[in-house]
Amino acid sequence: MKKVLLLVLSLLAFPLSAGVEYHQFDDPNKEQAYQNLISELRCLVCQNQTIADSNADLAKDLRQQVYEMLQQGKSQQDVVDFMTQRYGDFVMYRPAFTLKTGLLWLGPSAFLLIGVITVFMLARNKKAKAQITLDKQQQTRLNDILQKGEED
Amino acid sequence: MFKLKFLLPLILFIVLAIFLAIGLGLNPKDIPSPLIDKPAPAFSLPILATPDKNLSTQDLKGKVWLLNVWASWCVSCRQEHPLLLELAKLNLVTIVGLNYKDEAPAANMWLQQLGNPYTVSIMDKDGRVGIDYGVYGVPETFVIDKRGVIRYKHTGPVMPGDIEQIFLPLVQKLNQEPA
Repeated sequence: MKKVLLLVLSLLAFPLSAGVEYHQFDDPNKEQAYQNLISELRCLVCQNQTIADSNADLAKDLRQQVYEMLQQGKSQQDVVDFMTQRYGDFVMYRPAFTLKTGLLWLGPSAFLLIGVITVFMLARNKKAKAQITLDKQQQTRLNDILQKGEED
Repeated sequence: MFKLKFLLPLILFIVLAIFLAIGLGLNPKDIPSPLIDKPAPAFSLPILATPDKNLSTQDLKGKVWLLNVWASWCVSCRQEHPLLLELAKLNLVTIVGLNYKDEAPAANMWLQQLGNPYTVSIMDKDGRVGIDYGVYGVPETFVIDKRGVIRYKHTGPVMPGDIEQIFLPLVQKLNQEPA
């Protein structure tokens, strides 16, 4: 029974995937460029999706725009420039490295570096503290304790 | 030295807390437009009231104008609509409505029912001009100066107080600039 239900449900789910439009390419390079671009461009309506993933109306329009530009013989960089001129760096999932986006790119490694340096310094401090030399009194006491232990 | 060691985590925490607090206050939908201080993208689109005639950016040269992106399907456009009607009553600025991805009958009906604040509305049926203006959330409002340069962009519905505090002072300032 469960299997039948599952089968029926999966049959029902099929028409949903048919909602995505299909773009015909004559050149496999262009198709590759199209796939690259739509998985690099952010859908601005649903900000955590690329325009490849999103079903939003704007994402559909932008996919169409990308398709047409590539068909007109524009390069990938042309499309990227077109989009960033209109929507800003935010439209790129991996924004270009500029003065404005520098912190975004370098921030994580900078914080990691600070962490490593901190750990390193803490470890060195501890090591320095561990090498305490005992004075005469402490040394005799230590010897006493050690001797007692042997006698037990 | 002793004090600094204990104060440092506190200072770091405060700095972090300040950044996070600022982050909470920001609107993630408010993406800065790269079009500010750039020439408004040119268009020539059919007028909603008289579809056989076009309005182009050239026709608006020498005027300070607002471009308000709206649609009859847009819910938050209804929210800002009364404010635009009030602004239109003041007769201080040309308000161009960009009817974005809409159907003419529905758009006309909307204006009839709710009132028409627009000096003129133009139809961007396939949303191409919208893409040129970086429109991603209707409504959006642009302020364009006499030389045809975008000076301000407002994303989302115009809120009470925005007209008096943002739009009117800016329009007045731009009106005084030479064409």
